[in-house]
Amino acid sequence: MTALAEASALASEVAARHAADVDLKARFPSEALAALRQHKLLSVLVPARDGGAGGRLGDVLSICYRLGLSCASTAMIFAMHQIQAACVVRHGAASDWHRAFLRRMADEQLLLASATTETGVGGDLRSSLCAVEERDGRFSLIKQASVISYGADSDAILATARRAPQSPASDQVLVVVPRGAGCRLDPKESWDTLGMRGTCSQGYVLEASGEIAQVLPASYGDISAQTMVPTSHLLWSGVWLGIATDAVARARAFVRAEVRKKSTSAGGLRLAETTSKLQLMRSNIESALRRYQAAMDQPDTLSSLPFGVTMNNLKVASSRMAVEIVGEALQICGLSGYRNDSPFSVARHLRDVQSAPLMVNNDRILANTAALLPALRQDPDLLT
Amino acid sequence: MASQNKGDPILSARIRILVKELGQLETDIDSLPDDADLYAAGLTSQVTVNLMLALEEEFGVEFPDELLKRRTFASVDAISHALTGLGAKAAIAS
Repeated sequence: MTALAEASALASEVAARHAADVDLKARFPSEALAALRQHKLLSVLVPARDGGAGGRLGDVLSICYRLGLSCASTAMIFAMHQIQAACVVRHGAASDWHRAFLRRMADEQLLLASATTETGVGGDLRSSLCAVEERDGRFSLIKQASVISYGADSDAILATARRAPQSPASDQVLVVVPRGAGCRLDPKESWDTLGMRGTCSQGYVLEASGEIAQVLPASYGDISAQTMVPTSHLLWSGVWLGIATDAVARARAFVRAEVRKKSTSAGGLRLAETTSKLQLMRSNIESALRRYQAAMDQPDTLSSLPFGVTMNNLKVASSRMAVEIVGEALQICGLSGYRNDSPFSVARHLRDVQSAPLMVNNDRILANTAALLPALRQDPDLLT
Repeated sequence: MASQNKGDPILSARIRILVKELGQLETDIDSLPDDADLYAAGLTSQVTVNLMLALEEEFGVEFPDELLKRRTFASVDAISHALTGLGAKAAIAS
């Protein structure tokens, strides 16, 4: 086992131990986060020259999956952190402020949160009402953030905003706001939900100020197309694959116990079908990862419509399949799966996975794809 | 794009008329030079698709998938260059 795989196995073990309590109390998974920090997993993507592990997105995807097997909230927090990290690593490489921030992130194992959603824009991440106001090399920003997952437990928040008060809603930037004097969080909405309870995705009013250098130099349009969207859809998919895989593992254990007792199981056939769907989901994620990694150094390809459609499709397919697979696992395990107190329980899986089609609503993603499709032509190549 | 040469002035004028007719840009195209960043003016990927379809109709060309990237539609000059590359003529297509 590689050092990274070993470290993620250890962190996953800690996450598993506290998953039920985190879920019950809707509390931040602090034990699992301590383990992730202890093994330096928060800086996997930070280049070695800046003190990180210099890992690839595939490494992070594997860890998301691994954590997803034991605690979906921990896995999702880890995924959301790495999405922010990927944006700073890729789009802050030429900025002294962001290079220094990455070094700090690796040294102190900072946890990054995200303030992309805003009250009043109807869930459209590509438009902002709030704006960065610049004055004498400094900025200020007030954002009505409808959700900042684990905001209270984060060490820095990446917020989207219009470039300037006179900019159109779609001309956005991404600004890094370390917690402290330049970052005030006023809690608004609480987080008492069906699942993903440990992500503590409360709403806040974010009041930020600092040096103008904290604004990432690239436009958010580029950051979103080249990094945030593909990374989010891949890492979220990794988390959901973890949830689905563990649910299927429980269904398999249930069928095995039945076969042992009665030499046959009513759920055997369904398990075979579900396993095939799980394999399809996994292959789809692996293929999207390969496609992204192959295009990593081609910004034009990454910001092209066909690539955007591919990544939209990944999110919709993964989230739908995860929900279906966990539902089928429940069907196989029957009441044993429905119970909270059985070794075959998939109750938490079921609740957690329902968030998948909603976190960036699939209907919104499909509508976006639908708007892009008239421009696309048939892809004549296979296996290129 | 600022780095590109100026596009054909007649093509540019016709592109501007199409952008104006779409009416989906937050900033008035008349107030922008040919090399201005249209994304900073409020161009979104969805509006880009509508613009592309209008350009195809107007100039009788087809944008292949490899041209469907942000850079192609980043400015009036960029669009003009893409159209020239696709064989669009400045004169009204017959």
